[in-house]
Amino acid sequence: MDLIQLTPLDLSIAALLVLGLAGISWRMRLGVERRLLIAASRSVIQLTLLGLVLKTLFDQSNPLLIGALALFMLGMAGYEVMARQERKFSGFWGMGIGTLSMFISSFSITLLALNLVVRVEPWYTPQYLIPMLGMLLGNTMSGMAIALDNLTQSAWQQRGAIEARLMLGHTWDQAIGDLRRRALRAGLIPIINAMAAAGVVSLPGMMTGQILAGSPPLEAAKYQIMILLLIAVGTGLGAIAAVSLGAFRLFDKRQRLRLDRLK
Amino acid sequence: MAYFQLTRFKSRGLEPIDLSVDAGECITLGGPSGCGKSLLLRAIADLDPHEGEATIEQCIQSQAPPPKWRRQAGLLSAESHWWADKVYDHLPVSDPELMAALGFSEATNEWEISRLSSGERQRLALIRLLLGKPKLLLLDEPTANLDQASIGRVESLIMAYLKNSRSAALWVSHDPKQRERVGDRGFQIESGILVPEIWI
Repeated sequence: MDLIQLTPLDLSIAALLVLGLAGISWRMRLGVERRLLIAASRSVIQLTLLGLVLKTLFDQSNPLLIGALALFMLGMAGYEVMARQERKFSGFWGMGIGTLSMFISSFSITLLALNLVVRVEPWYTPQYLIPMLGMLLGNTMSGMAIALDNLTQSAWQQRGAIEARLMLGHTWDQAIGDLRRRALRAGLIPIINAMAAAGVVSLPGMMTGQILAGSPPLEAAKYQIMILLLIAVGTGLGAIAAVSLGAFRLFDKRQRLRLDRLK
Repeated sequence: MAYFQLTRFKSRGLEPIDLSVDAGECITLGGPSGCGKSLLLRAIADLDPHEGEATIEQCIQSQAPPPKWRRQAGLLSAESHWWADKVYDHLPVSDPELMAALGFSEATNEWEISRLSSGERQRLALIRLLLGKPKLLLLDEPTANLDQASIGRVESLIMAYLKNSRSAALWVSHDPKQRERVGDRGFQIESGILVPEIWI
């Protein structure tokens, strides 16, 4: 089966539908039409650019260029994690916590998978590295953002309870322990649900793509299984890193709760 | 050396303080709302950044591990906070005698925090604090939400604790009569300075 090529005209039909939705939003005064249109335009531009960049990258297979793109994607992911926080850590830590955790959740897991599971030669073959990294970054990001947001929000709301424990001589670790566990649970539940629903309720994007591109369904399923499992591990490790770093940063050397470090 | 000592101790809104307190002594603090009384108590418990030094017997604030320091300098905040569902989750040990002294029984341990009145919470917060046997009590309006009978019970419980354990207390109170009742010495905070309060 050959891939049916989409023409710009085909895409404009989908775009017209989005315009229609924006019109409805305007009529119903939902107030999201601006954001909807901006986000839709962003995805059109970003994906087109990515297509162009990947085309060049695949032709050249230059490790430096591949590395640069990978780092750029990581930086953007770190920024997105920060941008989704209601209360961000101020200064270097705001971006640092997200980027470092995304590095753990996605970079290391992707490299591990390419070397041990898929065993691509060379490991930086862009046709494998970039899509896998992108999928891991995109899918672990929200879990991490949710977990970190949950931690800082609940620390803000439960300041009194945390300090009450400090006053009684509990360590910072004990005082924030419950909140940290709750934040991690909140971050992990979406991926747990996604795994449970995979193939029954939802047909995951990667498998869909491979089937459309003509892969045998069972092969596509195997790749999808690998990716889902890696996303779960990545989300878990990344969320643990983000929440641990965040909790650590909420206290100073004298184990005082320092909410002034949030903005 | 004094039992409890503040040296050039600077907390937010106040001038640096030098103060020596003997074992068993109760010092009262008065002054208008927002003058920095509560912040001073928080700084002594090392919950807020500050300058200067505090010592309790041989224990030096800046050198002691914070949890150890806070177990000795026990702060009772004006509003009590609770982190779990039941009363017993917050009490390290059960002490029926102490519970009875403030009008509670063993059954109180099973009560749910969310169903307590503000007065009950305040009295239980005092029990929670005293169970840790702090060497210095930092009391921020410990009787603010209590009725007359309870005020009397709380006052005599604290006075007995100071006497028996030879601890010291800093007691913030808005009630001049209470300050005179419980205090061995008292200070008023006036424009950031501790001024001795004269009782006749």
